Amino acid sequence: MSRTVGVLALQGAFAAHIAILRSIGADTVEVRTAEQLASVDGLVLPGGESTTMSMLLERFGLLEPLRSRIHDNQLPVFGTCAGMILLADEILDGRADQHCLKALPLSARRNGYGRQLASFETDIEVSGLDEPFHGIFIRAPIVERIGDAVEVLAEVDGQPVLCRHEGVTVASFHPELSGDSRLHRRWLIDAGLIEA
Amino acid sequence: MTETNRATGSPLVKRGLAEMLKGGVIMDVVNPEQARVAEDAGAVAVMALERVPSDIRKDGGVSRMSDPEMISGIQATVSIPVMAKARIGHFAEAQILQALDVDYIDESEVLTPADETHHIDKWAFDVPFVCGATNLGEALRRISEGACMIRSKGEAGTGNVVEAVRHIRSIVGDIKKIGQADEPELFEWAKQLRAPLPLVQEIAETGQLPVPLFCAGGLSTPADASLVMQLGAQAVFVGSGIFKSDEPARMASAIVEAATHYQDPEILVKASTGLGNAMKGLEIATLETKLAERGW
Repeated sequence: MSRTVGVLALQGAFAAHIAILRSIGADTVEVRTAEQLASVDGLVLPGGESTTMSMLLERFGLLEPLRSRIHDNQLPVFGTCAGMILLADEILDGRADQHCLKALPLSARRNGYGRQLASFETDIEVSGLDEPFHGIFIRAPIVERIGDAVEVLAEVDGQPVLCRHEGVTVASFHPELSGDSRLHRRWLIDAGLIEA
Repeated sequence: MTETNRATGSPLVKRGLAEMLKGGVIMDVVNPEQARVAEDAGAVAVMALERVPSDIRKDGGVSRMSDPEMISGIQATVSIPVMAKARIGHFAEAQILQALDVDYIDESEVLTPADETHHIDKWAFDVPFVCGATNLGEALRRISEGACMIRSKGEAGTGNVVEAVRHIRSIVGDIKKIGQADEPELFEWAKQLRAPLPLVQEIAETGQLPVPLFCAGGLSTPADASLVMQLGAQAVFVGSGIFKSDEPARMASAIVEAATHYQDPEILVKASTGLGNAMKGLEIATLETKLAERGW
């Protein structure tokens, strides 16, 4: 049976995620409504503005369905940058009304490195990958706390930047911008959405 | 432990922020209160400036970079990216804005140009730049100078979308035509557009502009946002259209919703309903100054 991978397309770098997922053969749809969400077997939450996405999730009636799919159906999710913030169970320096989906025990500090001038790119050693992965960090969040069960797959200067917890993978950088599909492939395999 | 070698201010990092703004709305604001309204409505970024374009038109005089105090006040109020405008060619204003740690600089025709020959050398900066363009040649010249995002110019401060449509259609239309051209024709395209050949070749190969393409100038309703996004804009700038409407907070939210659901008329019906009056617009033929003609 063919498995459908959704990419949350309220705003942000969703098109770049779709291009990478399609390049590795995943059947992909843009998700903007609850009906579209109901049709997917896994969901990518892209980079963008986490405050905007949080508001739009609520306004378009996606917040509760998404929460329930993650918690009741173990929907596999992959969050990058803003997506990581949305999947965290605590947001630091967020707006008071900002929602998080609590998909894994992790605190994310928004814009933890600073404004755009502090944005950077660097090679990252990722556990399980032979070659380093080129990480692009844009006004990136910093992970300040993780639960014991969360596996840290990569760090930059002692801070986790890539974490995994069951079917949930989060990155504080943008694997969708570096033209490298290895992390997407790995999440799809972890999530049982493609064959290893 | 040694610090990781981090590269800042690189083209990928500068274009990266523009990627994050796609599908969103960037709103002009003139004070922290307006910035708060914009962020509450779901703006992905705000553009800090002293007067919105419609007031610049009305008041006349020379229009310059904003007071740093006003920009810092906005930075302290919102957590979304803050952009600010520098005059065309005024690299000293840009240096000040970079030192203020703004997230993007708009080298903008809405302000009075400072140099009639040279645009800012944007490669010399770590902060990314957005520039306006009325056609593909102008867009590629700005990219060759280091712009990391292009916005079609439209005619700012008019509340009239006709020029925005003309410009986005022109840019997207030529990108499509270059996609069909064979190799010898690309030389002619580069000559006609007065643009660097390698950038023209890149468009032929990828079928798109080398940097994100947004739309600005005269957008004032949710339907306007939907229109230009269906024509190929990846995000929209809204200036006077929000704070010159009857109900700015509702108009701002509605345009944000329209940018997400630009292809869904049923959601656009809801977004467009009960917004009060949009800003009073201007006929292009009645304008004394066409801002889009500034820059080259």
